[in-house]
Amino acid sequence: MGSYLPNTKQEQQEMLSEIGRDSFDALFAGIPEEVKVKELHLPSGLSEMETIRTMEELAEKNTIFRHIFRGAGAYHHYIPAIVSSVSSKEEFLTAYTPYQAEISQGILQSIFEYQTMICELTGMDASNASVYDGATAAAEAVAMCRERKRQTAYVSATVNPQVLSVIRTYCYGSGTEVKLVPEKEGVTDQEALAAALDDTSACFYLQQPNYYGIFEDAEALGAAAHKAGAKFIMGCNPIALALMKTPAECGADIAVGEGQPLGLGLSFGGPYLGFMAADARMTRKLPGRIVGETKDRDGRRAFVLTLQAREQHIRREKASSNICSNQALCALKAGVYMAAMGEAGMKQAASLCLSKAHYLQESLAKAGLSLKYEKPFFHEFVTVSDTDPEKILSALEQNGILGGLSIADKEILWCATEMNTKAEIDAAAAVVKEVCGA
Amino acid sequence: MKLIFERGKEGRQCTLLPQCDVPAAEIEIPKRAKPLRLPHLSETEISRHYTELAGQVHGVNNGFYPLGSCTMKYNPKVNEEAAALAGFARIHPLQPEHTVQGALEVLERTEEMLCEITGMDSVTMQPAAGAHGEFTGLLLIKAYHDSRGDHKRTKIIVPDSAHGTNPASASMVGYEVVSIPSGSDGCVDLEKLRAAVGDDTAGLMLTNPNTVGLFDKNIIEITSVIHEAGGLNYYDGANLNAVMGIVRPGDMGFDVVHLNLHKTFSTPHGGGGPGSGPVGCKAFLKEFLPGRQAVCEDGTFSLRKPEHSIGDVKSFYGNFLVVVRAMAYILMLGKEGIPEAAQNAVLNANYMMEKLKALYPPAYDETCMHEFVITLEQMKRENGVTAMDIAKSLLDYGIHPPTMYFPLIVHEALMIEPTETESRETLDEAIRAFGEIYAKAQEDPEAMHEAPVSTYIRRPDEVQAARKPVLRWSFPEDGEQK
Repeated sequence: MGSYLPNTKQEQQEMLSEIGRDSFDALFAGIPEEVKVKELHLPSGLSEMETIRTMEELAEKNTIFRHIFRGAGAYHHYIPAIVSSVSSKEEFLTAYTPYQAEISQGILQSIFEYQTMICELTGMDASNASVYDGATAAAEAVAMCRERKRQTAYVSATVNPQVLSVIRTYCYGSGTEVKLVPEKEGVTDQEALAAALDDTSACFYLQQPNYYGIFEDAEALGAAAHKAGAKFIMGCNPIALALMKTPAECGADIAVGEGQPLGLGLSFGGPYLGFMAADARMTRKLPGRIVGETKDRDGRRAFVLTLQAREQHIRREKASSNICSNQALCALKAGVYMAAMGEAGMKQAASLCLSKAHYLQESLAKAGLSLKYEKPFFHEFVTVSDTDPEKILSALEQNGILGGLSIADKEILWCATEMNTKAEIDAAAAVVKEVCGA
Repeated sequence: MKLIFERGKEGRQCTLLPQCDVPAAEIEIPKRAKPLRLPHLSETEISRHYTELAGQVHGVNNGFYPLGSCTMKYNPKVNEEAAALAGFARIHPLQPEHTVQGALEVLERTEEMLCEITGMDSVTMQPAAGAHGEFTGLLLIKAYHDSRGDHKRTKIIVPDSAHGTNPASASMVGYEVVSIPSGSDGCVDLEKLRAAVGDDTAGLMLTNPNTVGLFDKNIIEITSVIHEAGGLNYYDGANLNAVMGIVRPGDMGFDVVHLNLHKTFSTPHGGGGPGSGPVGCKAFLKEFLPGRQAVCEDGTFSLRKPEHSIGDVKSFYGNFLVVVRAMAYILMLGKEGIPEAAQNAVLNANYMMEKLKALYPPAYDETCMHEFVITLEQMKRENGVTAMDIAKSLLDYGIHPPTMYFPLIVHEALMIEPTETESRETLDEAIRAFGEIYAKAQEDPEAMHEAPVSTYIRRPDEVQAARKPVLRWSFPEDGEQK
């Protein structure tokens, strides 16, 4: 049976005697007898060898796809070797939140560097140290915009359905009304947005590129939100940000996004990373940890957790959010990723995504799947055909390929990244062609 | 040391991605105007930069970490190995169910084991951290009352000793927080509780053992008072390490519980996450759970959305790889190891408390659970040495300080949680360090305000940091930070 107790049974007995107790029971005498556990129905403990074998057996029951054409919120990108090398350093791995700045400068500085990179990526003024994922970042951003007279949040129908679901759940809690802005030909219906907003609107949330991979006219939509006095929140793909107009350039008040593409594995959905950055006027409304620069007693540069007056341990029920633990190690990974990629590497990754996705789309079109929306897209797009998506996807699966995601009757959402070679795109298209009989 | 932006030279980079093997896409996209200013570094420089940073961090692996309420136990290496298995790390969350049977089994079996440990009927893994679990659990309570058309229940009762996340989470769910003062014994004052409940009570949030490290003996009566008023009981599992395998929240009258896998179940904290905050509930609440539950039928696993689900609190299935680690830990300890861990956590805490007692009076002098709180009130009055000074002095001994100034009901508090994974020698060394610090405080109290003296930086100016926030590096061409 496994145990991580250093003290032997004999030492435990000696320690008990030294503090005047004859048994462990004496330590738990305050717990009412009638509720104490009589027997715990768990398996007996294992050795380390048995444990890892059990876990290996479970892991082997999962299929690892070498060729992935599915995104929809989780993206298959190349992760430089340096990323896991750094993030597995035990000092970073095993530390708690950096409350004691004197022995946490390494973590604090890495977060400060991450915050700077997120500001560069988004063009915004201030970033926090991360939240749980892109969807909770979106929900927290909506909460930042709520005011006494502005309690309705508008969300475009073109956002990832999971993000919408999380926003709705958070708003159920806070009593904020969520209204969906309809889509028109794959993008947000601008006229509908302008007509819907009024002086009770708190914010408008837009995803860029949107769930279908399409670039929205973010500037115009943001302007419509501002015209009604509502805040404009943009949820962005961080790889696309290397090329596309930044949220700041589009007039966003808050920029958020799923940071998983920045060096985090697919990992069956988590842990991922929610990044959040805001305009200077909203900095103090940001949830979660924020690291700031200051000086120590001897005048040396030092980093600390700052603006804590917003936080739960100080403000309790009046806090801007309840966040305590966030995704620090994931933010560290994102920081290492961006440092390793640099501007050139990030732009290269984004261009590769763009080109491979367009090549995939053209290949699939030739194979019989037509593009649903004729609009500029990034690395995802929707196809439509008379062939049942399940037929197409299972044929691909039999060839070791994870195809796109079936999102509606006859519709598939595809994704390609730098990981997909021309050869595998051609192979996938050939399989599709056979199924579609084109 | 230098910031990463102060290193490297323009033109340097790592060779990471291949040339494009398909025609370049020629499409018009809205392009960014501003350059993306990231560092220009070779891999050597990146690697050394982070190695230097790691050298300025104290983790559990560097030494004793008795940070109260945070359960900084040792993080077993086999857990890391399990989480790194390609079969877990490289699967897409939206793969067809038949291709992720192992992952679903991890979720289902871990759920089952956590149900057994907590006395609950169902557990969701979707919440990403303890506070996120609190938020989720409170939403379940809200959904339950709403489903009965009982909209008058707008208040959550929280003892004044509670973690700050409790009232903050209650606010996020739109509840009014009723803070009840603790009794002189540090526990819930039953009379005050009875006076606070009514038909507007949605529920109670409680941690037991509480934040002063005591097990509230009246627990059955406390949870009954709430139930009789029509409210539900929420168990903050931050302190479960003291009692896992000994007593179960579900048997103490709790309806909802969150666990911190990154505390009780040994997964590493990563310098502030990722954690995982599964939420357990009794059967009558399970149809409100968020996300989708892994279920097993005839040996086949699938995902099922609860009928009246509150929705999603996060994408996908939570911090999955953290759940993998926790599962490995529970398998390893098993039914014998789980209570044994709790017993030793409590033994180590009582051992330290007894040995420190003569110099550092506990705020409540009775058998503690996995942690205890000392008060420096008298020392501060006599020679001006504060809890902060003692904490900072410990840094010079290579010990991570206890939690400072918490709980709020104890003045000049230091909250000490040694955990079960520390040896007697480590505890004795820490006790000796506390003794030496005490002697210094008597001899030269002024010098105590100077500590620490051996760390990479000395005490930072937090006031300046908050007054004139500098939250990012400014490139030389940007001039002064706005």
